Amino acid sequence: MAIADLANPTRFLKFANRTIPWLGGLTLVLFAFAINQAISAPDDYQQGAAVKIMFLHVPGAWLGMLGWGVMTVAALGTLVWRHPLADVTAKATAPIGAGFTLMCLVTGSLWGRPMWGTYWVWDARLTSVLVLFLLYLGVIALWRTVDDPARAARAAAILTLVGALDLPIIKFSVDWWNTLHQPASVFRLGAPTIDASILIPLLISALAFTLLFAVLLLAAMRNEILRRRVRTLRLLQASTAG
Amino acid sequence: MEAASHTTFIVAAYAAAGAVVGALVAWIVVDYRAQLRALAGLEKLGIARRSGLAAQTREKA
Repeated sequence: MAIADLANPTRFLKFANRTIPWLGGLTLVLFAFAINQAISAPDDYQQGAAVKIMFLHVPGAWLGMLGWGVMTVAALGTLVWRHPLADVTAKATAPIGAGFTLMCLVTGSLWGRPMWGTYWVWDARLTSVLVLFLLYLGVIALWRTVDDPARAARAAAILTLVGALDLPIIKFSVDWWNTLHQPASVFRLGAPTIDASILIPLLISALAFTLLFAVLLLAAMRNEILRRRVRTLRLLQASTAG
Repeated sequence: MEAASHTTFIVAAYAAAGAVVGALVAWIVVDYRAQLRALAGLEKLGIARRSGLAAQTREKA
């Protein structure tokens, strides 16, 4: 099956039905391995065992941003090609991206208290991630407010494209401003600054969460396609009854 | 003492992450079942998509 074939909702449903079970199983196996790696990872010489919060916090941050990236590409699909599957992708991604951003914020706060002595500071990194979370809530609210899915998709797409400006701000906030949050330590020019004994469990955890993100997105897209079918049939029912 | 105080934050972080992931999974599973139920209800009333009706017609023929 070519990737272009998946643009057809019926073919996408078949693909999702086939893929979700084994991808879900693979995700569970990878999570078991990731948890084992997290438990056996050594304590950090400065942070002690609290470094284990990083295995949740960092994937949460990456996937929160990835979610908005997916929605940005989908927004272009909505506005340029007016493709219904782009609308479906955008709508299905928003709650998942919001969930991972919330996970990043909460775990970051719980990591900050023992390390910084505070749950929260209004520095550029933390604030820009909070803005991302609020943008997610805004897009979800927009989808729920506008009845017509096509109109809602266009409005959400515009908000998504505007909100995409927050992604480089999040990424470079630690370079542009003086923040309490540490600078980039994995994706940076030069080698990562994290020791391999902690970096490897982090990457395994990130891979497990990324697979989970993919499974959740496929399943949420399947739900959204079914919801649109239900809506179409109800409209058909109403028109025939009238 | 310090390790014990860190444990509370580590456990809380893992519990929070579990709660978020659990909520997402539960939302998707409940929503999926609701959509399937709605589709089955409509089909029971004889309301089907055009492609579904065409397939039924072909089967009858």
